[in-house]
Amino acid sequence: MNRVVLILALLLAVAVPLSLLAGQVWLNPFAAPVPQAGVILLELRLPRAVLALVLGGGLGAAGAAMQGYLRNPLADPGLFGIAPMAALGAVLSFHAGYQAQALLLPLFALLGGATGMALLALIAGKAGSTALFTLAGMMLASLAGALTSLAISLSPNPFALSEIVTWLMGALENRGWPDVWIALPGTAAGLLLLHRTARALDALSLGEAAAISLGVDPARLLWLMIGGVGLIVGSGVAVAGVIGFVGLMVPHLLRPFTSKLPSATLAPSAMAGGLLLLLADCLCRITPLASGELRLGVALSLIGAPFFLYLLLRLRRELV
Amino acid sequence: MLEARDIHLAGRLAGVSARIAPGQLTAICGPNGAGKSTLLASLAGLIVPRDGNVLLHGQVLAALPRQARARAVGYLPQQATLAWDVSVRTLVALGRLPHASSAAEDARTVATALTTMRLEALAERPVSALSGGEFARAHLARVLAGEPRWILADEPLASLDLAHQTSLLAHLRGLADGGQAVVLVMHDLAAAMNWADRVIVLHHGRVVSDGAPEVALAVDVLAAVWQVKAEWLGQPGARALGLGRQS
Repeated sequence: MNRVVLILALLLAVAVPLSLLAGQVWLNPFAAPVPQAGVILLELRLPRAVLALVLGGGLGAAGAAMQGYLRNPLADPGLFGIAPMAALGAVLSFHAGYQAQALLLPLFALLGGATGMALLALIAGKAGSTALFTLAGMMLASLAGALTSLAISLSPNPFALSEIVTWLMGALENRGWPDVWIALPGTAAGLLLLHRTARALDALSLGEAAAISLGVDPARLLWLMIGGVGLIVGSGVAVAGVIGFVGLMVPHLLRPFTSKLPSATLAPSAMAGGLLLLLADCLCRITPLASGELRLGVALSLIGAPFFLYLLLRLRRELV
Repeated sequence: MLEARDIHLAGRLAGVSARIAPGQLTAICGPNGAGKSTLLASLAGLIVPRDGNVLLHGQVLAALPRQARARAVGYLPQQATLAWDVSVRTLVALGRLPHASSAAEDARTVATALTTMRLEALAERPVSALSGGEFARAHLARVLAGEPRWILADEPLASLDLAHQTSLLAHLRGLADGGQAVVLVMHDLAAAMNWADRVIVLHHGRVVSDGAPEVALAVDVLAAVWQVKAEWLGQPGARALGLGRQS
């Protein structure tokens, strides 16, 4: 595992500085300085890179924890229903009027995510059962999806409609330091909570009964999971919209290079999640599109869907 | 002493008392639905009885800190599974989770457990490459790595062929002779007769008989509980079950 962490640290050390140079305006350190290069670096690209690392890191770790918790390599933080609830909160903020919307969006998204976490805990928390919890998450996701569609169909004006749809696609475009300060505390707290699940998730690999016999408290584990994943996903949606597939792909890709236990995939998944989001965001910046940048959520889904198909085909081969 | 004292669980156990002593191999037998697995899970602290108590050295098991309970009582569930294709050594090391010991001590205990279950040569092999018997031994080694005084296993012989059953029973017999308490849920009455020091027979959530195998598994008990006409062939210590027509 330490070797994986070391390699990922080296890759990050190379990728972060390079990502700061890439964009619509390329910054070549060996050529004559571009006007406003300092502003571009410090106020536009650095916060965006930090945000990519924070959100990607959180989503990667949340995915690893979810796969460990559900003992399923195809699990994703999105299964919790917290991301759709946070998105619902964000979409509702578009009804608050243009002036207030920018300020209210992250707050509404965080409130939506928190409501999702509370409902999950209320429905599944006492029993601490993974099956109950998965079903509750699916129910929440479907309810939030329906309500989001309703909110969109009742959108106050065509401009707001277009804003909502664009925002739902997920992006880091035009994000700055204030967004970093919104996302960082929740993500950091979520990562700390997930760190505390590591041993329990390892024990859970043996099934719920054996895990309890090894001293795991299933209710405490569920609370840590809801809190950790909820804070990470809610904070992410609050600043960047819905970003899928990171939590699914990253732990899956890294697992073969670790002991395969959930505890061994948490830290590498956080690092690789950050790296993936950083690279995907660079790709969005440099892809020429008539209407501006490629949306990050769209780019990741374009990478993620074939990856998911590959997993399914491999699974099918194993089953036949 | 690990003791169930008049425990009740709705529809499954109706006033069961049993004392488990170290240095003995105890078999829990009974027909399907008799409450065997429920009793074992209660003794392991996985289920808290509605009435009555499970006591460990006189203290209520459910009131003990989870880690302390996990260090004292090792539990092997029916149909042991593993979600990830880890190496045998990694699987066995999961038994150390309740301990806050040094990495060196963990490694030493894991190595001892691997040796006890004759798995040293397979230590680095992924569990997906193990046979059913090897997989069962690896899970038992996981329990042993936790160094529990009480070892509770729910039908560890299921899905094993005769040679692996015998080998596993010999290991468990050796652990009991070494001073640990071994409690097994078993369906094979002949194996219980041949290997156990004591047999507890459950029927409809109640203890029907409890004692030395030849007493607890007397032919009248077999007739009353399993509704089979049967006789024991051979001497105690090596007895086979001769089955007649259903009575």
